[in-house]
Amino acid sequence: MSTILVFVEQSHGAPRRASLECLSAARATGLSVAAVVAGEGAEQAAAGLGAFGATRVVALTGAARWSADAVASDVAAVARELGAKAFLASATSTGKDIAPRVAALLDSTLLSDCTALTAEGGTLVATRPWLAGKALAKVTSTAPVFCATTRPNVFPAAESGGTAEVVSRPASNGGRASVSAVAEKSGGKLDVKEAPIVVSGGRGLRGPENFHLLEELAAAFGSAATGASRAVVDAGWRPHAEQVGQTGKTVSPKLYVAVGISGAIQHLAGMRTSKVIVAINKDADAPIFKIADFGLVGDALEVLPALTKAVAAARAR
Amino acid sequence: MKIVATFKRVPTTEAQAKVGGDGKTLDPAGWQYMASFYDEIAVEAALQTKEKHGGDVTVLTLGPSEASKEVREFLARGADSGVILKDADPAARDPRWTAKALAAKVQALGADVVFTGRVATDRDNAAVGPMLATYLGWACVTEVVALEISGAAGTAQRETEHGVETVAFSLPAVITCNKGLNEPRRPNLKGIMAAKSKPIAEESPSDAGAQAVVLSVELPPARKAGRIVGEGLAGVPALVDALKNEAKIL
Repeated sequence: MSTILVFVEQSHGAPRRASLECLSAARATGLSVAAVVAGEGAEQAAAGLGAFGATRVVALTGAARWSADAVASDVAAVARELGAKAFLASATSTGKDIAPRVAALLDSTLLSDCTALTAEGGTLVATRPWLAGKALAKVTSTAPVFCATTRPNVFPAAESGGTAEVVSRPASNGGRASVSAVAEKSGGKLDVKEAPIVVSGGRGLRGPENFHLLEELAAAFGSAATGASRAVVDAGWRPHAEQVGQTGKTVSPKLYVAVGISGAIQHLAGMRTSKVIVAINKDADAPIFKIADFGLVGDALEVLPALTKAVAAARAR
Repeated sequence: MKIVATFKRVPTTEAQAKVGGDGKTLDPAGWQYMASFYDEIAVEAALQTKEKHGGDVTVLTLGPSEASKEVREFLARGADSGVILKDADPAARDPRWTAKALAAKVQALGADVVFTGRVATDRDNAAVGPMLATYLGWACVTEVVALEISGAAGTAQRETEHGVETVAFSLPAVITCNKGLNEPRRPNLKGIMAAKSKPIAEESPSDAGAQAVVLSVELPPARKAGRIVGEGLAGVPALVDALKNEAKIL
């Protein structure tokens, strides 16, 4: 059976959820799934991948530093060795750094940020957003290796209960660029792209000093990230890493709460695939209400503290 | 230093999507165009690199002749020359094709460093920069928010989901630029006048052919109409109730 190779990201020996989703997407195609994992903790992470559908796992170990070009060349070598018909990574910062290089080394184009992947008539077909999701294209590839990245939070991370044969091999050293330091986010703060719940704020919060209200709501929900509209990022109220929309990040959380965001077309494009959308805005005619499942007409500063309290109470029960 | 900034001409972020008659492309009727947002940051990074280290900046794009409008704008900001690799059918390109065409030209220009945006805001591939570097055999740092070049090496910072990475790299290199790296300048009158006499070359790109095949394109399904659950503080219990009992989230 032909093989689909998945690049699995890990952090301190724990595979990242987006990569487990990617493994599940691979397994759902019916192809035989192999995984490759790199970096410090790779062997530990490799051990758990059989449960998510990998039947073979290659752990690349012993690199002195993380180098995307060295990792990509090792991953491409694994793909060649396995005769992989397809290669997948998740569309995270790391996946987007590695996958295009692997694709180029395999002289194959890349289909990025796919939201669906199916096997149709002996070939793989992906759905990917154009214009940040204003349109959805069904695409395939005539490349020697079908290379794609999968959008986080779209595919389920389903356990298969299987086991994998794990082999370790030495990673290449000495890439052309390598990571010399990492300043890890404090307190496990979630990124908007990966968080199951995103609470975003816009101009309606009236100033950067009021965003603690949004952070408190995010904390009340539990595993939630804070996001922001382009307007407030451009105004310098919030960091760009939080920006949701066509010139920021496209997100698909299970719950998206837009607070004080009117809903410019470029913002809607970035969050319209969220499973449930809540909008809070004092303008009842704001475009955000047209795509919201549940709308609350009201002033953000007035409503947020009460909502935070009510959400915390509901979760405590 | 020979510095190249690449950009893509894309529809503005206000552009509405409408499926074309063939069901495989979008109908561009009524669209306005611009240089992709992150490519503006790339051009600014190129100009700042020239100001710091000397050399000249070539602005390079794969696209239609109409991209000369954006090229001229970048020349007015301080770039020295422009090259348009004329592509009659931009919709048919894929990242590998684009990367190969750019690589051939970058090589011919003898560049030391290439700046490009982290992603083009039309096809959203975020692939061309690192693919270009790979075809060239160069270093590449993606999604860069801070940059320091010194001699034949540099360091860059990139923001990832788990924190900020500092990456050491050697030149030649491809740097893909993220928001936060700089604030693109506006051209002044002197620059606009000077740009009129700067050269813009139109050339044919190398043609690797596309591997990506579009089968169909459609608009996302309309979201089911939602409802207003209430107003002000009085609406909060209804909203929490909806999240709990309808959305089953709480």
